[in-house]
Amino acid sequence: MNKRLFALLSVLVLASLMLAACGGAAAPAATEAPAATEAPAATEAPAATEAPAPAFECTDAIGCVTIAPDEPVHIAYWGVLSGADGSLGEDSKRGVELAIDDMGGKFQGHDILLTTEDAGCTPEGGATAATKLATDTSIVGLIGSSCSDETVGGIATITNAGLTTISPSNTRPVLTDPNRGPDYAGYLRTAHSDAFQGKAVAEFAFNSLKVTKAATLHDGSTYAQALQQVFVDEFIKLGGTIVAQEAVAKDATDMKPVLTTIAAAGPEFLYYPVFVAVGGYVTAQVRDVAGLENVYIAGSDGIFTADLLKAGGANTKGMYLSSPDFSAFTGDYAGLIAKHTAKYGGSTLSTFHAHAYDATNLMFAALEKVAVVEADGTIYVGRQALRDAIYATKDFSGVTGNLSCSPSGDCGAPVIAMYEIVNSDPASWNPADVANPNPKKIWP
Amino acid sequence: MRTSFGERLLDLAVSGFLWGFRILIVLIVVIGTFLTLRAGKYTGEQWIDFIVFGISQGSIYALIALGYTMVYGILRMINFAHGEIFMSGAFGGYFIATWLTGIGFMDKYPTLGLIAAMLFGMLVSTLIAVLVERIAYRPLRGAPRLVPLISAIGASFFLQYTFRGFFGPGVYAYPTMKALDGEWMFFGVGVLKVQIIVAAAAFVMMAILYFIVMFTKTGKAMRAVSEDKDVAALMGIDVNRIIVSTFALGAAMAGAAGVLYALIYRQVNFFTGFTPGIKAFTAAVLGGIGNIPGAMVGGLVLGIVESVGPALFLDSVGIPRPYQLKDAIAYIMLVMILLFRPSGILGERISKKA
Repeated sequence: MNKRLFALLSVLVLASLMLAACGGAAAPAATEAPAATEAPAATEAPAATEAPAPAFECTDAIGCVTIAPDEPVHIAYWGVLSGADGSLGEDSKRGVELAIDDMGGKFQGHDILLTTEDAGCTPEGGATAATKLATDTSIVGLIGSSCSDETVGGIATITNAGLTTISPSNTRPVLTDPNRGPDYAGYLRTAHSDAFQGKAVAEFAFNSLKVTKAATLHDGSTYAQALQQVFVDEFIKLGGTIVAQEAVAKDATDMKPVLTTIAAAGPEFLYYPVFVAVGGYVTAQVRDVAGLENVYIAGSDGIFTADLLKAGGANTKGMYLSSPDFSAFTGDYAGLIAKHTAKYGGSTLSTFHAHAYDATNLMFAALEKVAVVEADGTIYVGRQALRDAIYATKDFSGVTGNLSCSPSGDCGAPVIAMYEIVNSDPASWNPADVANPNPKKIWP
Repeated sequence: MRTSFGERLLDLAVSGFLWGFRILIVLIVVIGTFLTLRAGKYTGEQWIDFIVFGISQGSIYALIALGYTMVYGILRMINFAHGEIFMSGAFGGYFIATWLTGIGFMDKYPTLGLIAAMLFGMLVSTLIAVLVERIAYRPLRGAPRLVPLISAIGASFFLQYTFRGFFGPGVYAYPTMKALDGEWMFFGVGVLKVQIIVAAAAFVMMAILYFIVMFTKTGKAMRAVSEDKDVAALMGIDVNRIIVSTFALGAAMAGAAGVLYALIYRQVNFFTGFTPGIKAFTAAVLGGIGNIPGAMVGGLVLGIVESVGPALFLDSVGIPRPYQLKDAIAYIMLVMILLFRPSGILGERISKKA
């Protein structure tokens, strides 16, 4: 019995080795024999060492990715690609694609393969996407996620799989906190932290609109919860009063009761830094509630998209949104927009395409530094080496600014501006337009 | 002897816990209500607003719940695809409403336009429901009860992702209608027009349904089939035809609800039906599943409690962000009602049918 099992195993090992040899370059037949005597579990390792002459020795602490001469360099984008918040992720994905196009779709003569994983803007979706990504050993690096919730759900899996992800649009402060813990070792971002965004909104409301009584509403997502809290703290510091801090569930549709409760507290400024699903319903219903007909309404980068105009309707006119300040970008943003228009037509979908473009370029710049290229075109990438190289980024000249990554993963150049929606027609959405921008930058 | 003592102890503990739970919830409700009313944070007008919001939301739940309850009454099965039927109605109405707004008809004849949108939404829902019944349920008529239930869940996913395939994952915004903007005054209290119109339309639909079920031949046949399928067949009733018309009638109500829902919330996407579907099912159980007036009452009660509950019960007992607990309030109320009245508010006697 045992003998037969052993025989079966060794036949299987032999077969798998032969397959591996056929898949790679023509390996000398002699290497098969010694490999077959190895333990069955080690099939992967001998396959890797089969490459010709000066064998690459992987000394990386968390392993290496091997890209055979005819294989593509595989990177993956994960984020929200469906549902009401889909534009946020789609917009970033376009930034990644534009960056790849700029490299001619090639890295060191290999095609660049981009795959995507929908994470649905929830912690559970992030965990599922991360698990799928972690099992694919051909992936070199990740761009994503879109929503901070997705990162909270998936980052431990990604870090432990030896992957590194750069998020173009997560803004929750704690993700790059110096005390964020070892699970976050594989996490960096080119997006700004909301510590800056919440402060900017508070200053705008207090100093520019001259309001003293504000209310906030969030949807329970880690992004919205943290951002409105930053706003609250900063607004109080400036001398204002917070009259109400409310929250709804993420799938809520009837906002009138909660808005009535907010109205009872008598705010002059209502801040709801949520995503499109809740943001659309709040905007569409806010003017129907007695007492809120004339309050200032404001949101943030999570709803900086034409979809808000679709979902929110006529009430979006005059609404304020905070976003990275496009006019403060030091790189060639106009050039990026031109490429975007040429490839996709129409306006940008959301606010983080430039950050995604930078994140991708930053990833490949680091890859350039650490990739070991053999004479036959095989590429070896040490996973820890790649991670270290990304963290070591200094004065990388991107579209959004000169990027340097901090030890806690912040690579972004945070300059926030306030924009006002001047037209509620979704077709008019074009923040990058020079003559007639909508939304239009009004502060600072 | 010992086991029986142990069992009795367990029984005592369980019923003790249940009574404790009942008392706790009732205490929270009473104390919360008292404190909130004493604090005087809300004006009388705002309370009326809460109730009006609840009634319009609740009347939509009621319309959807009717479909659940009628199908359950006749087949003893839960049609989990009903939320998607509702969504398809909202989509159908969307295309007509957009088209009519585009050609300027909606601004000239808002009443006719709205009726057209509703009729088309009902037509789309009815067609889909009849197809679903024919393809996914009828072949399983004799199967154990779990089988059509699973088939229904499958149909629900199938419809969702078919709509996603056709119309994409994005949101469709209903056109805004001038006729629906603004308020009407009642005794000095302004109430939003759209809320009144939605609630009124829903009540008219429910009245029509009640009339059909109680006073027409088909309605009589439906009641007969729900009493006893076999005897009804012996009396010369075409059971299959009656089951199809039950599905069609329930779906027409859901389609109308879909359009009304979209008039209030102004957006539709392929996932729109999920949450209202679950809520309406809750409403049907709350009112006593299988009972038509029960579904109406259950829907209204659920809508009003969801709207009033967070402010009335939780605002003053020190629970932060009470609106996040809106769904919890709805489901705890369901548990409470089932604890006190296991067959629902207007539930039938359970012994009636084996």
